[in-house]
Amino acid sequence: MNASVLTTGTVVENSQIEGSYLTDGYTIRSWLLTTDHKRIALLYLGAITIFFFIGGIAAALVRFNLIVPEGLLGSAEAYNRLFTMHGVVMVWFFLVPAVPVTLGNFLIPLMLGARDLAFPRLNLFSWYLFMLGGAVTLWALFAGGLDTGWTFYTPLSTMYSNSHVVLAAVGIFISGFSSIATGLNFIVSIHRLRAPGMTWYRMPVFLWSLYSLSVLLVLATPVLAITLLLLVMERVFHVGVFDPAIGGDPLLFQHLFWFYSHPAVYMMILPGFGVVSEIIPAFSRKRIFGYKFVVWASVSIAVISFFVWGHHMFVAGISLYSAVLFSILSYLVAVPSAIKIFNWLGTMHKGYIHFDAPMLYALGFIGLFTIGGLTGLWVAALAADVHLTQTYFVVAHFHYIMVGGMVSAFFGGLHFWWPKITGRMYPEMWARIAALIMFIGFNLTFFPQFILGYLGMPRRYYAYSPDFQVLNVLSSAGATILAAAYLLPLGYLLWSLMYGERAPANPWGATGLEWQTSSPPPTVNFIETPVVTEAPYNYPRPESIAKQHV
Amino acid sequence: MSLWLPAATSNATEVDHLLWALLLLSLAVLALVFTLLFRYIIKYRASSNLDRGVILEKTWYFETAWTIATMLVFFVLFVWGANLYVRLFQPPTGALKIYIIAKQWMWKAEHVGGQRELNAVHLPVGRPIELVMTSEDVIHDFSVPAFRIKHDVLPDRYETLAFTVTRAGTYSLYCTQYCGLDHSRMIGQIVALPPVEFQAWLARYGTSENLAAEGESLFMRFGCSGCHGGNGAGGRQDTSTVHAPSLVGLYGSPVPLADGSVVVADDRYVHDAIVRPQQQLVAGYAPIMPSFAGQIGEEDILKLLAYIKSLAAQAAQ
Repeated sequence: MNASVLTTGTVVENSQIEGSYLTDGYTIRSWLLTTDHKRIALLYLGAITIFFFIGGIAAALVRFNLIVPEGLLGSAEAYNRLFTMHGVVMVWFFLVPAVPVTLGNFLIPLMLGARDLAFPRLNLFSWYLFMLGGAVTLWALFAGGLDTGWTFYTPLSTMYSNSHVVLAAVGIFISGFSSIATGLNFIVSIHRLRAPGMTWYRMPVFLWSLYSLSVLLVLATPVLAITLLLLVMERVFHVGVFDPAIGGDPLLFQHLFWFYSHPAVYMMILPGFGVVSEIIPAFSRKRIFGYKFVVWASVSIAVISFFVWGHHMFVAGISLYSAVLFSILSYLVAVPSAIKIFNWLGTMHKGYIHFDAPMLYALGFIGLFTIGGLTGLWVAALAADVHLTQTYFVVAHFHYIMVGGMVSAFFGGLHFWWPKITGRMYPEMWARIAALIMFIGFNLTFFPQFILGYLGMPRRYYAYSPDFQVLNVLSSAGATILAAAYLLPLGYLLWSLMYGERAPANPWGATGLEWQTSSPPPTVNFIETPVVTEAPYNYPRPESIAKQHV
Repeated sequence: MSLWLPAATSNATEVDHLLWALLLLSLAVLALVFTLLFRYIIKYRASSNLDRGVILEKTWYFETAWTIATMLVFFVLFVWGANLYVRLFQPPTGALKIYIIAKQWMWKAEHVGGQRELNAVHLPVGRPIELVMTSEDVIHDFSVPAFRIKHDVLPDRYETLAFTVTRAGTYSLYCTQYCGLDHSRMIGQIVALPPVEFQAWLARYGTSENLAAEGESLFMRFGCSGCHGGNGAGGRQDTSTVHAPSLVGLYGSPVPLADGSVVVADDRYVHDAIVRPQQQLVAGYAPIMPSFAGQIGEEDILKLLAYIKSLAAQAAQ
């Protein structure tokens, strides 16, 4: 059990330091001008929490409207603007950034054994870009709104929509540069700032996931920027790019948009994979099963995800041959995800499983992500997709991945590293209850939507046939439970900041360099640069301990 | 509420078979994952003193096994789905064409006989139907869940959907591509009638003029006849100052283009030749035809198309 003689020594040294990054300055200036990755992570956490609840309120109103077939809001215009707002805010200002800019920002240097990211000032700048982009987008959404759906399909968005398309596009354009800067920062940090002895295969899976994600951020986001720029050019200057009436091609927009937005789906879920790959070994007290397979699964997802965009367009009027090609590539991208599920199960096999809240979230993730992934096989099958696409089936499918999967992983990670981030323990029982309610509420909200989709209820309908009402009421009822499950952590996590028990350096007995420094860490992370001498997840086996005693 | 969706085309039944297979496969995988999950979390809970034995050091044969198994299953699904899809989009022979024009927020259907409908399409059971669809503004989508079919309807393009209805009845039609404010009101009905009743319906709503006849008068009104000749016979240098190709017998026949390629003059070609004449120049003719984009609406283009088609039929006789 000489897990790390050296790093155990570091704990002692670090805990002798007075104060932490949280006590290193109390002024507003010390926060707004900080270049400390940990403080910037908290700035981001505040921002994305606000965006999450704005997007959530829009979702709640959408579900409220759908309780009755004729629509409770009384206005199709308001409804269209609400689901657009929900999509835009959730995708660009919560799901894509959530894990990377908060947990990633906080943990990458700690896991690498570094003092900060490679470019601390770029990191702060990217937060300001994110806030500026967010502010411009929110301005658009509140000054009258946007009614194109988050997908901005042309020529609706360029020629027909009477809403703040340009402003919203500018906001997303700006925040895209924040993503690019963050991705670049992560890539350089992981290449250059690994502690002595931290070879690539000694990195935790979380770092590999964020590395893959960063490559996607850097390569795909510029395409979104180009697409939005073309959109604005057409809308403002009537340069014919997408509208056939002025010489454009409406499908060109969809190709460009999904060339970004399909990798974006993996930007959302890859960090989730990373979080779960940390939690499950920690609470199974066992090394991750098939480390290299898990790692290369992330990398191959990042690569293949660039070649599957056409599966959003199987009924859009693309050629038969390209549809067939995109279908088989879509099946191919599902293989690494399937591998991961089996590896997490393999990790639990013969482990010593603890059921702390982060583990419950991770188990919920496995269940929900599996359903989301399996229904992905339905929509990748061409003929099945013709029937299911653009209905509630697709809505349910991607919410299982993004909300069931990604948001569960985010909450799991937040609970797992909360003691490290804040130096406080949260009330365990409340956290377990929230995890359970979230799982139940989620399934009640989205499972009925699979059936609605099969029955043919189209997406983005303000009013619907009375035949669909029972399932819609079930879904809306589930949404209220889900809302409660999201509000609970907001309450008890904030409470823990003041009244939570002080957290030890390593409350879970987890491996990983971030647990070798005090909670919360000092501003410099490590007084003495740690040296890595072994593979990650080297959890001691209780049997071997017992044998040593004998 | 009904949890049952009628399957009113032969394609629908086949899609349902695929969906059933997907459902069974998903349930099997889900059962496997949840069984393992619950088995492990109970058996290997930390408080259990069970002897864990030796843990696996080499994992690659497990990894290889489930990777290959997954790929095989996926490949079967891929072939099944793709085969059905490719067959769905093969143009049928001898199909009854019905023209669909989508606009914010309504469906217009035009029959060859000149019958027009709004937010409804009447069609016969048992005969292959080919819908030729276009949009006057944004992208819409023609979706009939009971037929398990759906296809986007694009501006400035003809997209087609083919199917044979096997069961008479009234089925819901939805626009499933978000198209603006009243997207959710862009709904209608497909009324599938037995052939005899369909003929009766056509007779009842028939107009004095069929599409082709209406097209003929438009052919004069828009000045097409000025160059292409009074009966579409083509402008000859001795009768007209302009040299324009003959349209008689054009539809369905190969057209040599200026760039050396050859295209078959189908619905799409004729539509594009009116809207963007410079795009596919006929070999041997000067690029002098003006574009009628924005001058002639999609409905009128359909009538012109019907007229040009009728010229081909006359030529064949």
